[in-house]
Amino acid sequence: MLKGRAFKFGDSISTDHIVPGRLAHLRSNLPELAKHVLEDADPTFASKVKSGDFIVAGNNFGLGSSREHAPLVIKMSGVSAILVKSVARIFFRNAINLGLPVLVCDTDKISDGDELEVDLEQGVINDKSNGNKLTFKRIPKAMLSILNEGGLIPYIKKHGDFKL
Amino acid sequence: MGKTLAEKILSRKSQVDVCAGDIVVASVDLAFVQDTTGPLTVREFEAAGFELSANGGKTVLFLDHAAPSPNCQLSTDHILLRSFARRTGSRLFDVGEGVCHQIVAESMAKPGDVIVGSDSHTVTAGGLGAFATGMGSSDIAVAFALGKTWLRVPESIRVMVNGDLQKGVYAKDLILHLIGLIGADGATYQSLEFGGETIEKMPVSGRLTIANMAIEAGAKVGLFAADEMTHKYLIEQARGDYYQSISPDTDASYIKTIEIDAAGIEPTVSKPHTVDNTALAKELKGTRIQQVFIGTCTNGRLEDLAVAATILEGKKRHPETRVIIAPASKEVLLQAIAAGYIQTFIEVGAVILPPGCAACLGLHQGVLGEGEACLSTANRNFKGRMGNPDAFIYLGSPATAAAAAISGEITDPREVL
Ligand code: SF4
Repeated sequence: MLKGRAFKFGDSISTDHIVPGRLAHLRSNLPELAKHVLEDADPTFASKVKSGDFIVAGNNFGLGSSREHAPLVIKMSGVSAILVKSVARIFFRNAINLGLPVLVCDTDKISDGDELEVDLEQGVINDKSNGNKLTFKRIPKAMLSILNEGGLIPYIKKHGDFKL
Repeated sequence: MGKTLAEKILSRKSQVDVCAGDIVVASVDLAFVQDTTGPLTVREFEAAGFELSANGGKTVLFLDHAAPSPNCQLSTDHILLRSFARRTGSRLFDVGEGVCHQIVAESMAKPGDVIVGSDSHTVTAGGLGAFATGMGSSDIAVAFALGKTWLRVPESIRVMVNGDLQKGVYAKDLILHLIGLIGADGATYQSLEFGGETIEKMPVSGRLTIANMAIEAGAKVGLFAADEMTHKYLIEQARGDYYQSISPDTDASYIKTIEIDAAGIEPTVSKPHTVDNTALAKELKGTRIQQVFIGTCTNGRLEDLAVAATILEGKKRHPETRVIIAPASKEVLLQAIAAGYIQTFIEVGAVILPPGCAACLGLHQGVLGEGEACLSTANRNFKGRMGNPDAFIYLGSPATAAAAAISGEITDPREVL
């Protein structure tokens, strides 16, 4: 069971909002890069987010670049899952490859600051602040098997190949 | 049931008869990284204890995003990539060779290939009929190690374009028009497959521009049939032997067909801060532009520079508008010099940058100041993209960019042609 607070963002949060190109020189210094996570969408996010918290956003989250640093610094910031109305393809694949769940649900029902509990097994999000129970779309089977191993590299190290 | 281009290529590469929705493990013909995503790939690859897969020559590294490097951290990243290439015998394209996608199109991509790169605009090679798609560093580390990748066979949207593009209207306007129509997530997870007489007559350069921006509609791939135009292009690159014709079956099944009348398209511009926020250039007349940037994997090819040079010949840039031009590759630069375009640009008052990504992603060579507006021929205008979240990026064709260079404001290029 994942537990934490919701940090709400709007639609079309791009990889440039998450880790802009101007910080490319920090990509080999991940702890430093992580201090800037989502800076161009909310400059206060990095200082407020705590381990277990959730990013809750609208449509097409993570559009843009293939930079895996985007989900990587989000994961490093302690975020336990990203809840969205929809997600861009490469970002989705990258997040799962790093063992970071992205869950597609009706995020309009969640407000900024809500206390959430997410049950990945049951597919349920419990919003303790307003009592709502939401369900999220199943993660496709192939991706779930990667997520369950903690990401793509651990998956390949264990299986030696794709067994999807 | 007939097959789409995506189904056809992925069936061959997985040796399974697949259709949309299936999961395939496909062999990879080319896997590459660039200098802002490659270091993570290399570290992941090494931490996992991987070795390069036996199919050598398929692993390529490009130093193009920070080229030459603007600071010590990125120089250190370059050292890491160079030493990985040396140690593994992978191909390396060092600083000054050009943007990865242009070099892939010029010298590596073949019709029917599966190409993966740790850069979202890997889709560019779809213009040559290759199933080319961007992935993250982990996926590419695994493609380096196994020589294969997993893919979900995408559903396809058929985009049929018929009629003649008007004078002053280009492939860039067509793709901006389409993205404005379907939205930045209008093709998420899907393949955009282009056809129709406008596309059949379109040289590969324009097809690459369109394929490059498929990702800006969320698509996994933007595919073109490999036809006589493709063959001609490959022959020009002395790679004619790699040609094979590939086209979708006439009874292939698409989730949707979009019909576009090419003659009805006008010079189009994406306004800040999303690519689907489109308007006609003429509607934006009067919008002041402080910087014009012509280049990138979208529009830094010889044909693009030719269009700009025709408009700029004998003119002077507007005194309050900087003009920055970066040919997409060394090959393009050499040809542009031979054609006299570079001379024209310098006389206009432009700055010529080395082949590479240059100002495109905001880490050097043309970072915007606060409140400034840039008209760029690139593919993305996200907030902060060109190094400053308080700046504004408009996207347009090389003709629209050249017109703004002279007038200092967004201008319909048909006014100056
Ligand atoms: S030119 Fe721009 S869009 Fe193309 S690969 Fe370089 S940074 Fe990316």
